[in-house]
Amino acid sequence: MNLLDFARGPALEWSFAIFLFGVLWRLLGILLLRRVHDYSEPRAHRAALGALQAIVRRTWPRKEFRARTTYGLAISYVFHVGLAIVVFGFVPHILLIRSLLGVSWPGLPGAVIYFSAVVTLAALVMALIRRLTHPVLKLLSNFDDYFSWAVTIAPLVTGLLAVAHYGGRYENLLAVHILSVELLFIWFPFGKLMHAVLFVLARGQTGVVYGRRGAST
Amino acid sequence: MSSDIDTLHPLDIEGTRLTVKKPALRYDRQGDMSDDRRVEAAMRAFVREFGATSAAYLESCIHCGMCAEACHYYVQTNDPRYTPVRKLEPFKQAYKRESGPFAFFYRMFNLKPRVTVDELQQWQELIYDSCTMCGRCTLICPMGIDIAHLVGQARHGMFQAGLVPHELWAVAERAEREGSPLGATPKVFKDRIDWLSDEHGVEISVDREVADVLVSMSSVEIMKYPLAIVATARVLNALGEKWTIRLDGYEATNFGMLSGNAQWQKDLSMKIINAAIKCKAKLLLLPECGHAYGAMRWDGANMYGKPLPFEVLHVSEYLARNLGNGRLKVKNLPKSVTFHDPCQIARRGGATQAPRQVLGKLGVELREMSPSGDVNWCCGGGGGVVTIHRADDLRYKVFQIKMKQVDESGAEMLVMSCSNCRLTFDDGQAHFKWDKTAHSLLELVADNLVQ
Ligand code: HEM
Ligand code: SF4
Ligand code: SF4
Repeated sequence: MNLLDFARGPALEWSFAIFLFGVLWRLLGILLLRRVHDYSEPRAHRAALGALQAIVRRTWPRKEFRARTTYGLAISYVFHVGLAIVVFGFVPHILLIRSLLGVSWPGLPGAVIYFSAVVTLAALVMALIRRLTHPVLKLLSNFDDYFSWAVTIAPLVTGLLAVAHYGGRYENLLAVHILSVELLFIWFPFGKLMHAVLFVLARGQTGVVYGRRGAST
Repeated sequence: MSSDIDTLHPLDIEGTRLTVKKPALRYDRQGDMSDDRRVEAAMRAFVREFGATSAAYLESCIHCGMCAEACHYYVQTNDPRYTPVRKLEPFKQAYKRESGPFAFFYRMFNLKPRVTVDELQQWQELIYDSCTMCGRCTLICPMGIDIAHLVGQARHGMFQAGLVPHELWAVAERAEREGSPLGATPKVFKDRIDWLSDEHGVEISVDREVADVLVSMSSVEIMKYPLAIVATARVLNALGEKWTIRLDGYEATNFGMLSGNAQWQKDLSMKIINAAIKCKAKLLLLPECGHAYGAMRWDGANMYGKPLPFEVLHVSEYLARNLGNGRLKVKNLPKSVTFHDPCQIARRGGATQAPRQVLGKLGVELREMSPSGDVNWCCGGGGGVVTIHRADDLRYKVFQIKMKQVDESGAEMLVMSCSNCRLTFDDGQAHFKWDKTAHSLLELVADNLVQ
């Protein structure tokens, strides 16, 4: 079995299994804990609406906070959107998804993908620099923050190298790219990348509490 | 026993703010447990009420640091230690190590070391002195993490570990023992009522057997702003309400909650709840006090263990209702006013519009601070912080945000609906020799009633 076969075969299966099991374990570990009933008389019967509002609205900051948060948020907006474009817009990715799930959609032109990838890469580098220099982020950051950053940027770097055929035989470059995605899958449930799932829970809860109080969610 | 002659923690009721006298020697550690027992007690109390909600919060933080930008302590000092979510660090660490979904991992590889008593002691200043539980951080967090709520939970841990700041412990203990944190014992309160009733020629109903409205008070009002009692009586009398104050349940502040003693919180809340049930009240009227609102309006039923058999309203909501339906009438007040939103009533309480409706009826020109309403800046005295002497310098620093906001509004008059905020403003005013005086919304209404 060569590296590409390994990456496409057992490594893919195992990493996906770890991803699924890990996500479920972490979610159940949270959700199966006790939930305390709130007996207070709600001001407004809009717990569900509150949850929905919070889940949607927290995607961008309130105008009162913008002056102090725009720089950091702009960076992360760029790399989140950029990642989405590269992951879901690149034709080979779409073909892979079709072969796995049977669904597909039209891809974006190569030039758009390469441009997005480079911009995303730059934004991630800026995010890291910010993390290493901003006093608050410096103090807060731990292994998880840096490792999650690394496994996020790795597929981007290896993907670009593969497309550029730079640094070795194409099969090997492709294998390394796939392996780097698998590393992301494996790490996902254990670190902060899990925020891509947990944001629904945390925002939703706060939305329920403050929604029924009739307060800002 | 009169509270004024308590030699252990004598009260200072002469100064611009109410608390115990500045201790010559601080006792920021209570009880004599071993260090290990302290840490264990802290963690046990922290996780006792720990459920799915808090776990989801602690698991979701992405270390983006945005919460710092909302917190007055960070904004005014640029000191990253005051980053809101960091105030929870030892508790987060313990959670991950002891009870999170991957706890076995963290323990097996010792990825999260055991929390030490030194860490907890260092964090005392972060969990108490520099957090008013104002919830601004909750509002900014892109994950929606309710950090203010978690700080409340961390205080439960700190109390059980015997690691509460001297003054906050002393007033909480006094509240549990005497029924009031600041010396407003039933006897002191009754004397004040008799005196106020005489002095102002207003009928103040005490200990009625049956009443529709039970009135509660904050000891800050009783001891420092007694005209609030007169104002409340004027309003209720004008409305012809069948109301009463009961000496077996009147103290609405809850230092059990602020210090982190869940049992004391319950004891203090149950006094009022029982008094209201005894006199068959349909409505419990809460005074101008923010944390009292949180403690009773949102936590009261949970202390009781079932829905409360009466309605609970903050006095500003009550005024808005009765001015709105025309039962209460006020004269026009041709002034420009700026309103300070108490965090626990507006942002965390949802009663943001009530005071604005009241001010609307008074016909004042409302000049909002920027920002205001749900995003207001905290006065810096909430969460029991105003009682802590060693927190004074920091408190004055964050109070400057408020001064700037008020000055920039250009309003003639500064109004609020929380006596604890008012105490903080009065103390800040004295410290900075500032020309703005805080006024009470309730007293403003009472002074302008049309009989
Ligand atoms: C789909 C839902 C998602 C939401 C709502 C979301 C939201 C966020 C937010 C609000 C931040 C903080 C932004 C800041 O620091 O200013 C963040 C950071 C981050 N996100 Fe996401 N995210 C999502 C999915 C993902 C995915 C799928 C990945 C990668 C595979 C990812 C990777 C990251 C990384 C690495 C950071 C940290 C950057 C840093 O070092 O500061 N996110 N995310
Ligand atoms: S609740 Fe208020 S004081 Fe406490 S950390 Fe959050 S913003 Fe700061
Ligand atoms: S704003 Fe929320 S997610 Fe970001 S560091 Fe603070 S608590 Fe964590």
